[in-house]
Amino acid sequence: MLQTIRKFVIDNYLFGEEGKLGDEDSFMETGIIDSTGILELVRFLESTYGIKVADEELIPDNLDSVHKIVAFINAKQSATTQAGGGTSLQSAGRQLK
Amino acid sequence: MNPHPAISPDLLRLDPRAETERITAWIRETVFHNLRRKGAVIGVSGGIDSSVVAFLCARALGNDRIQILFTPEADSSPDSLRLGRIVVSALKADSAVEDISAILKGAGCYERRDASIRLVVPEYGSGYKCKIVLPGLLDASRYAIFSIVVQSPDGQTKKVRLTPEAYLGIVAATNFKQRARKMMEYYYADLLQYAVAGTPNLLEYDQGFFVKNGDGAADFKPIAHLYKSQVYQLAAYLGVPDEIQRRPPTTDTYSLEQSQEEFYFALPYEKMDLCLYGKDHGISAAALAHAGGMTEDLVERAYQMIESKRKVAKYLHAHSLIIE
Repeated sequence: MLQTIRKFVIDNYLFGEEGKLGDEDSFMETGIIDSTGILELVRFLESTYGIKVADEELIPDNLDSVHKIVAFINAKQSATTQAGGGTSLQSAGRQLK
Repeated sequence: MNPHPAISPDLLRLDPRAETERITAWIRETVFHNLRRKGAVIGVSGGIDSSVVAFLCARALGNDRIQILFTPEADSSPDSLRLGRIVVSALKADSAVEDISAILKGAGCYERRDASIRLVVPEYGSGYKCKIVLPGLLDASRYAIFSIVVQSPDGQTKKVRLTPEAYLGIVAATNFKQRARKMMEYYYADLLQYAVAGTPNLLEYDQGFFVKNGDGAADFKPIAHLYKSQVYQLAAYLGVPDEIQRRPPTTDTYSLEQSQEEFYFALPYEKMDLCLYGKDHGISAAALAHAGGMTEDLVERAYQMIESKRKVAKYLHAHSLIIE
């Protein structure tokens, strides 16, 4: 999962220049992704991992680095499995810290 | 007690008389000598910024050397034209109305926009109204992700988060409006040998709240150095009609009424002004929050938003690049 997300970010926002991105790097602080980019990222995560990202989950704690996204997706998938689907996880990244 | 007594909303207070003299001298020098044009074309929307620019240009160049232009289209509020005519009446200036609806229809503006809306609201069609909105900075530390608000013909409204395709499609289509307006302004500029006045204030100019080669295009921008609250101070001094001074800032781009903070700034302009000033003058979030009646967290988020929008604005400000 980490490699898939990392590849998406590098291909779409760094034009293939892999050396510029650490897995902990903040997208906001480095200016890698703007608000349109977040829309693209969310669409990618939803279609790739079969999840639904709720409005209240659109926060940097969940989406601001490759590592945070991995933690968020894992928590979403786990919550969905336990709840039988459709659960909204307000702040998965924060819960996992 | 305020530990930072110098930091208050009053820090943006200017001497309107001195500032008016400075700007009008600059407009005369710029239009007549630098650009060598005989007057100025001003697209007036009935809002505070374009009205102030019209008053400044009339004072600088003479009311017989300005051409005021109204460019309503199918989604425009009727108030815009009505208020614009009050400006013309006050200035006794030449004006023209150019309805750009047919141009926009020919370019597919409405059709393309509606097709993009239907990507997320399939039932959207004739009789519906819409606007796109951002979450306010006051709400939470969420990303600034756009949603669309639609109103059905029977008055039901709903809000849906946009996909990237829908968002980009709506923005690309509605940007025809600002570009068609600018095309019409340059028609009059060519016809009369005038220069085109741009009407952004500092917030809009700095933060990229304009369409590249649309309202961002102009030969001179006489209030782009002024905070929005300073534009209001000039309006009061210049005698801009009260109704225009009292009108809440609006984009007048979508069929549902849309405030500028819904669409772009996420904070009322008075607070955005203070945050922009604070960021550019190295004032800590804590100090500005205390003086401006905001929380430190809110100011921090505003500082981040300013920086983020500046990155986007860099492309909007860039001229065509060439190899040197």
